[in-house]
Amino acid sequence: MTSLPTPQPGAKKLGLVIDLDTCVGCHACATNCKEWNTSGHMAPLPDRNPYSAGQEGVWFNRVHSYEAGDGEDGRTVHFPRSCLHCETPACVTVCPTGASYKRAEDGIVLVNTDMCIGCQLCAWACPYGAREFDDDQGVMKKCTLCVDRIYNETIPEKQRVPACVSTCPANARHFGDLGDPESAVSKLVADRGGFELMPELGYKPVNRYLPPRRAPKADAGPPKDAGPLPSQITNPLLRWVDKVLSR
Amino acid sequence: MNPAPSIVFFTVASGAGYGMLFWMGLLRPLGLVPGTPGFGAAALGLALVLVMLGLLSSTAHLGRPERAWRAVSQWRSSWLSREGVAAIATFAPAGLFFIGTIGDGGAFTTLMGLLSALGAVVTVYCTGMIYASLKPIRQWHHPLVTPGYLLFAAFSGAALLAMLGAFWGQAAGPAAIAALLGALGFALKRAYWASVDAARPVSTAESATGLGFIGKVRPLDPPHTETNYLLREMGFRIARAHAARLRLIASVAGFAAPAVLLALALVVGGVAGGLLAVLGTASALLGLVAERWLMFAEATHTVTLYYGGEARG
Amino acid sequence: MPDDGGATDRIAYSAPIGDEVKTTTCYMCACRCGIRVHLKDGRVRYIEGNPDHPVNKGVLCGKGSAGIMTQYSPARLQAPLKRVGPRGSGEYAEISWEEAMETATGWLKHVRETDPKKLAFFTGRDQSQSLTGFWAAQFGTPNFAAHGGFCSVNMAAGGLYTIGGSFWEFGEPDWEHAKYLMIFGVAEDHDSNPIKMGLGAMKGRGAKIVSVNPVRTGYSAIADEWVGIRPGTDGLFVMALIHELIRTDRVDGEFLVRYTNAPWLVVRNPGGADDGLFARDAEGKPLAWDRARGAIAADDVTLSAVLVGDFTLEDGRRVQPVFNLMAERYLGAEYAPEAVAERCGMSAERIRRLAAEVADIAFNHPLTLDIPWTDVWGRKHDKMVGRPVAFHAMRGISAHSNGFHTCRALHLLQMILGAVDTPGSWRYKSPFPRPIPPGPGPAGKGAKPNTPLAGNILSFTHGPDDLLVEDDGTPLRIDHSFSWEAPLGLHGMMHTVIGNAEKGDPYKIDTLFMFMANMAWNSAMNPLETIRCLTAQDENGDYVIPHIIYSDAYFSETVPYADLILPDTTYLERWDAISILDRPIGSSHGPGDAIRQPVIKPDRDVRPFQEVLIELGARLGLPAFVKEDGSPKFKDYPDYIVNHQRMPGVGPLAGWRGEDGSKKGVGEPNPDQLQRYIDNGCFWRHNLAPEESYFKHANATYLANAKAMGMMGNANQIVLQIWSEPLQKFRLAAEGHGTKQPPENLRERVRTYCDPLPFWYAPLEQQQHDTEPFPLSAVTQRPMAMYHSWGSMNAWLRQIHGSNKLYMSRERATAEGLAQDDWVWVESRSGRVKAQLSLMEGVNRDTVWTWNAIGKRAGAWMLSPDAAEAQRGFLLNHVISEWLPAQAGPRLANADPVTGQAAWYDLRVKVTKCAPEEAGVTDPFPTMLEPPPDMPATPDILRFNAGGPKP
Repeated sequence: MTSLPTPQPGAKKLGLVIDLDTCVGCHACATNCKEWNTSGHMAPLPDRNPYSAGQEGVWFNRVHSYEAGDGEDGRTVHFPRSCLHCETPACVTVCPTGASYKRAEDGIVLVNTDMCIGCQLCAWACPYGAREFDDDQGVMKKCTLCVDRIYNETIPEKQRVPACVSTCPANARHFGDLGDPESAVSKLVADRGGFELMPELGYKPVNRYLPPRRAPKADAGPPKDAGPLPSQITNPLLRWVDKVLSR
Repeated sequence: MNPAPSIVFFTVASGAGYGMLFWMGLLRPLGLVPGTPGFGAAALGLALVLVMLGLLSSTAHLGRPERAWRAVSQWRSSWLSREGVAAIATFAPAGLFFIGTIGDGGAFTTLMGLLSALGAVVTVYCTGMIYASLKPIRQWHHPLVTPGYLLFAAFSGAALLAMLGAFWGQAAGPAAIAALLGALGFALKRAYWASVDAARPVSTAESATGLGFIGKVRPLDPPHTETNYLLREMGFRIARAHAARLRLIASVAGFAAPAVLLALALVVGGVAGGLLAVLGTASALLGLVAERWLMFAEATHTVTLYYGGEARG
Repeated sequence: MPDDGGATDRIAYSAPIGDEVKTTTCYMCACRCGIRVHLKDGRVRYIEGNPDHPVNKGVLCGKGSAGIMTQYSPARLQAPLKRVGPRGSGEYAEISWEEAMETATGWLKHVRETDPKKLAFFTGRDQSQSLTGFWAAQFGTPNFAAHGGFCSVNMAAGGLYTIGGSFWEFGEPDWEHAKYLMIFGVAEDHDSNPIKMGLGAMKGRGAKIVSVNPVRTGYSAIADEWVGIRPGTDGLFVMALIHELIRTDRVDGEFLVRYTNAPWLVVRNPGGADDGLFARDAEGKPLAWDRARGAIAADDVTLSAVLVGDFTLEDGRRVQPVFNLMAERYLGAEYAPEAVAERCGMSAERIRRLAAEVADIAFNHPLTLDIPWTDVWGRKHDKMVGRPVAFHAMRGISAHSNGFHTCRALHLLQMILGAVDTPGSWRYKSPFPRPIPPGPGPAGKGAKPNTPLAGNILSFTHGPDDLLVEDDGTPLRIDHSFSWEAPLGLHGMMHTVIGNAEKGDPYKIDTLFMFMANMAWNSAMNPLETIRCLTAQDENGDYVIPHIIYSDAYFSETVPYADLILPDTTYLERWDAISILDRPIGSSHGPGDAIRQPVIKPDRDVRPFQEVLIELGARLGLPAFVKEDGSPKFKDYPDYIVNHQRMPGVGPLAGWRGEDGSKKGVGEPNPDQLQRYIDNGCFWRHNLAPEESYFKHANATYLANAKAMGMMGNANQIVLQIWSEPLQKFRLAAEGHGTKQPPENLRERVRTYCDPLPFWYAPLEQQQHDTEPFPLSAVTQRPMAMYHSWGSMNAWLRQIHGSNKLYMSRERATAEGLAQDDWVWVESRSGRVKAQLSLMEGVNRDTVWTWNAIGKRAGAWMLSPDAAEAQRGFLLNHVISEWLPAQAGPRLANADPVTGQAAWYDLRVKVTKCAPEEAGVTDPFPTMLEPPPDMPATPDILRFNAGGPKP
């Protein structure tokens, strides 16, 4: 059903918090997502021309690199991009078949690939490019927030998180209930000023990004009490002549 | 946005078909189009063929066309679904209208015509809303888009009716309407372009990444070095000069020239008028194809912000 | 209900990942993470980090996570091959393993019976050097090495000769406690995941990270401060920091006196044979100057050291403390921030500020851990006080011809700050520290037919006597390692092997035997010249290198140039030992090692290289590989791993030794050893007790336990070496002392560069040609998703990096009229290559760079010739010369003059826009390579779904 579930106060909003201050751009989240999901709930994630020109495949998670700001005062930012599991996802409401849906119980946005007609309107409706069209099967696929992992009782409880979170070496990805203000992820967002992408479009993404910390300017001054000024020292070696150092 | 031929053709063809259906439903009872079964069969037949070709063409865009029937289920939220429902619902009165016009064409036929007209309006409105409801594409998410769809459908439908009417020697009504709507269309399209050109982009690379607080955001490396579905579908780019040329073609061939030609046809009448009507209609349809192609080609999707695409404005 | 789907989605919430899960060790790079491989229907379903593994603790990087596609690549070689057409033609016939082994044995037996050094055995990304090196020594050839000579030997040598550990693989920052981390030239690292985890942890607690790197990507991107230094000037910057610290009296004198040779007395006798050597007592102990007693043994616990002065010993010799000499050098005006700033590409104020920041953390914010410990003098301390400033450095320092001294300078900086193996600073990874330098000199002298060499081939020179040279100075090794050209060539010089073999310098060889080394492409400086050497023929039409044997798992660019191909397995199909005898998986928390076990069976006629090597050893009758009756001693590689003993009780693996598996480090072979490893997740780890976790170089408990476990020969303090006596010994030889002296043409070079104190000099290549026409430095880095592994045969990774561009400062490019995506020529003194330009902000203005080894030769790796890798990918290697600019005397490698480390990053280029008709395809574009016979067809679409329908 592509009508959105009626928002319930305190309802679970599972999502990701991605720390742009820590992501080193290693693509681990992207390939681990790929290997999990190509044999997972939305299997397969096909790849066209895998060994020839024009190689391209279905990925639920893609890592961009940007530079923000100019010259040395700017920053390079690695930017993983995947479905944000919006609270008001137009990709769901535009779906003519009911294949796209948002789950009332945890807010995950999914596609029932058995019902999808491949009209691709949801891809147009998503501002974030989270929809991935499998032109081999003719249906739309997308990030499932590893719905087949996070509730999987055959996996140790600690690892019941999305594959991208589980594998992230820099601990730049966090998973949890953003509907619960007391959850670790909600607190992280509050502490670090986590933000939504393109809030102006009103999709109310659940996922949050933590901003890079601002680097100090290259010409910042020295810390206090850092040492004598050059003019105060004549021959630094002389000071060592009478210095006695015992073990 | 990628101007997929199937969709460009679909919206032009079905728009014209619904336009014809609309005007037949309204003008036939008023006697402004020939009331003969021959004309009815030709006009409504052409309208329905255009509608059906358009719909068929749109299914070519589907990944799983055999499941197209599922598309009518979500009318509560989806304009695409509503369009499907409206299109299917319109076929019933339109079919009876068609049969009626060939037959005696009494009050029932008139009622079916009016219902068809209503269905046509609703269907085209839904089509327009499919586009106008998409916030990531600011050129579509615009108050003139749905009116445009309705107006262009009505205009092209009237022009086609005028052309057909000319063969029956009775083109004045639709020709007058088409000339008027052509002029309106010209004005609407000009207003639309002026508006989208002047508007500042709603979203920017800075808002898409949230990194604007540091400074200008530029892409360094894409996630993958080759292209992908999103870029093909939504990263279509058109050169400014090319776009300007096509805008000229769309506005002149699509609206200005047909309006003038159809107005002339009204004045001249006869065979010459008929020729002018044919010419005007052909020009309108060609221009509308260009207009619709541009409607896609000039539309920018926010996803391109992630790939360094500058929102045009 | 329609058959194409129900009304609701069907989600299998708790589907088991696979039918079976096996642990093993990743081999996508040198990080050696523990992995759990899930199998479904006999295919790999999912590879994840092993949460229990000490290296990666459950995380896994981009390439490790793409292992499925490495496993199922169509570029995997299928069967042994023998060449039937000319080299490079790709004309091969499949042969049986028996024929392959007989052929190899025939060639090698002849070499061993006549002149064993005519075998050059070089392994590339080999992680089994304890076996391959041992095999080479058993064979009797000194010509063995892996790829370290063109990777990181400057880091290894710089560290091992200075602090007894190294940045490279034998040390790491104290990730849990460091408050300040400065990284140099680290794009990605052998320690890939631990660094990422560590950086994440540091970020989490708000510690400051400074990255000194010409390029702001990867780790530099998340650094709190990026210092966009000009390539090759890091040493100058570091020495300016040292200058500032000494000048402002921010020096940990106590640390220097306790733990370094700063108080040791150096003989000042210019022109004398003992000049620059340590003054020693009758027992050979170095002397220090005690305030009350004058010269006494430096290790005396009661020493009250004077660090500055000019003293005369009783025997009349003039001496000065090391500290005095060091301070004088770095206080010199040439190392003042003002003097270096412009050359380094930063302001003097910034250098001063960074020095002040580092000093502030070290001295105003020391870190105290309430852990009692005992030092080598038997004194008990109730706490551990550290300087929480850590440093780490890698390729960006290493790949310069001044990298060895730069690396040593960094270690000096650490010592001055008192920041070596203290809480919060850089720490040793067990089994390091080791004595400086460790062990006896390299084996290789007196190679004789049918005779093993005694000792390790890749070992440590202590002075001229350890060099592998003839009396006239001619190198004994084909790569000239351990000669006067590279006296500390610890890792060999793979980059010179093929060129020297072709030239017959110092002699012709018979067989070139390589493993996992793509020397005909991205592993070579100047690949086209390397290919010429591989295919060069003499006047009779015979190949100058008569036999080439190559083992690899994949159809790389090097395969078509071999005469005999021994196809290797993938990393998931093999046994391996990540051996304590080589480069184990130890960390600062304790020593460890690991194994690989086969998790799937090969579906091709391939054999793991190590097993092939052991069988070849037996067929050749190498003493350690046969029983007394001449029959094979080991039935396979696992048998070797368990039962081989290098010394009594010491074998490839340190865990679960002894018959009942109760011994660590030293103990009899345990038949169940591999099973114990498997039961434990394929690794063994010994955790150090808190009291032995820091100050390991002078920690009595640690040293005693390390000795007991066989990690060290004695439990003596390891005194950190500011002044390097081995280097001074080489310098003295160059000054005319001793029986072994460098040949005349190298005398000045050895004298200059074997300086016992680090100094900075412009990279050799830049000294020796006119750099004016080539204003830009050009460097490369491997992207994280392909680091230390070849990823282009991997269908997923090649989507991430399928082609590469040349990155240039936007400001500079704009000034020169160059725009984004322009096609340009990149021209150096030795050639040119065509590339597409990309502009960026975060790059030093005088530097261009690109991702390395993305460009592939058309046809290789089973990629279609129109693939982006061949068309738009390019190798900077094409414009890097393997030799220094022409000069008088012998041809010298474009390498560090001390270690022989290939100087990839000394390159200078100019960049010019190419003609419009030249745009679109890279150049040089060598001919397409033909695949070997019976390679699998490559699909147009991949629908990998383990457990789903077969592809």
